[in-house]
Amino acid sequence: MTPLRVSIAGAVASILLLLVVLELIRGRRLKERYALLWLATGLVLLVLSAWRDGLNTIAGWLGVETYPPAVLFAVAILFVLLVLLHYSTVLSRLTDENVDLAQRIALLEERVARVLREPTEPEG
Amino acid sequence: MSAVRTVAIVPARNEAAAIGRVVDEIRAHHPSFDVVVVDDGSSDGTGDVARAHGAVVLRLPFNVGIGGAVQTGLRYALEEGYERAVRLDGDGQHDASQLGRLLAPLERGEADVVVGSRFVDGGGSYRPPFARRAGIRVFAGLVSLLGGQRVTDTTSGFVALDRTGIKLFAAEYPHDYPEVEATLVALRSGLRLAQVQVEMRERETGSSSITFVRSLYYLAKVTLALLVASLRRYPRAGEARR
Repeated sequence: MTPLRVSIAGAVASILLLLVVLELIRGRRLKERYALLWLATGLVLLVLSAWRDGLNTIAGWLGVETYPPAVLFAVAILFVLLVLLHYSTVLSRLTDENVDLAQRIALLEERVARVLREPTEPEG
Repeated sequence: MSAVRTVAIVPARNEAAAIGRVVDEIRAHHPSFDVVVVDDGSSDGTGDVARAHGAVVLRLPFNVGIGGAVQTGLRYALEEGYERAVRLDGDGQHDASQLGRLLAPLERGEADVVVGSRFVDGGGSYRPPFARRAGIRVFAGLVSLLGGQRVTDTTSGFVALDRTGIKLFAAEYPHDYPEVEATLVALRSGLRLAQVQVEMRERETGSSSITFVRSLYYLAKVTLALLVASLRRYPRAGEARR
């Protein structure tokens, strides 16, 4: 059986996570798009902390006989992995877009410089 | 025609087959309007087609999403000093012949934001599939509740704005699935919102950006955005005007 104090600590930590994420969105420091996975993490951990029979049952399914809270850690790690993987894909996209922007600026600068050198040339 | 400087903003992504007609129709119905097509990272030459049909083209180097594209056009409208802006989709589903109805509340000075709604009087021939209709209802209910004014179609992208509306949305516009949240932001910022009944066409080419897989993300993102938006404080942009 999960010790009561572990459940309370887990629930408090989950609620703190949820509140911090919500406050970050409200203050526009976190976009909804990137907050959804964090909110899912917080909600799942909160449910598993508060619903102690559920945690025990799931631990039973997974063959965790001695210490059910280990499932809490496992789930938390799984979600952190998901968030990290998601961020890796976002980072890759941003890298490509950043290069694209830099290239476009280089081309534009050259074009602007050319237009400024020959101000009488008609457009197009 | 009125001499009020008006810009038609048309976000388009890979709509080369439809965009020419969209631009032509706007220019035919409202020759005094300037048409700005925001090419959202298209790979099929949408921007070139639009330019050939006489539109100003703002080409984004990669896909930034419909909200980011619309906001690009709004920033252009703000910087170039336009008094009014209308937004039509690049796929042709918004009928340029309805622009007069959309602009009427602005011309009467009754609204800052006018949304072309498919449902406002319970009329209209638009009958969306069940899931979509349910989604539209839920968001309309939520926005009405949180915004304090009854709205019927919060997912419509057929919109007209006065200078106050242009200013608000140029500064603040959600980047993906923007329409629902933008409606709430307008209400909470004290802007006067009007809805008029419009007919919309079936899309001519391309497919809706909302596939089944994405609809879950859509639902979660928009719901979260609405709840958070109702926790924020917005400067009452509407009162600066009055």
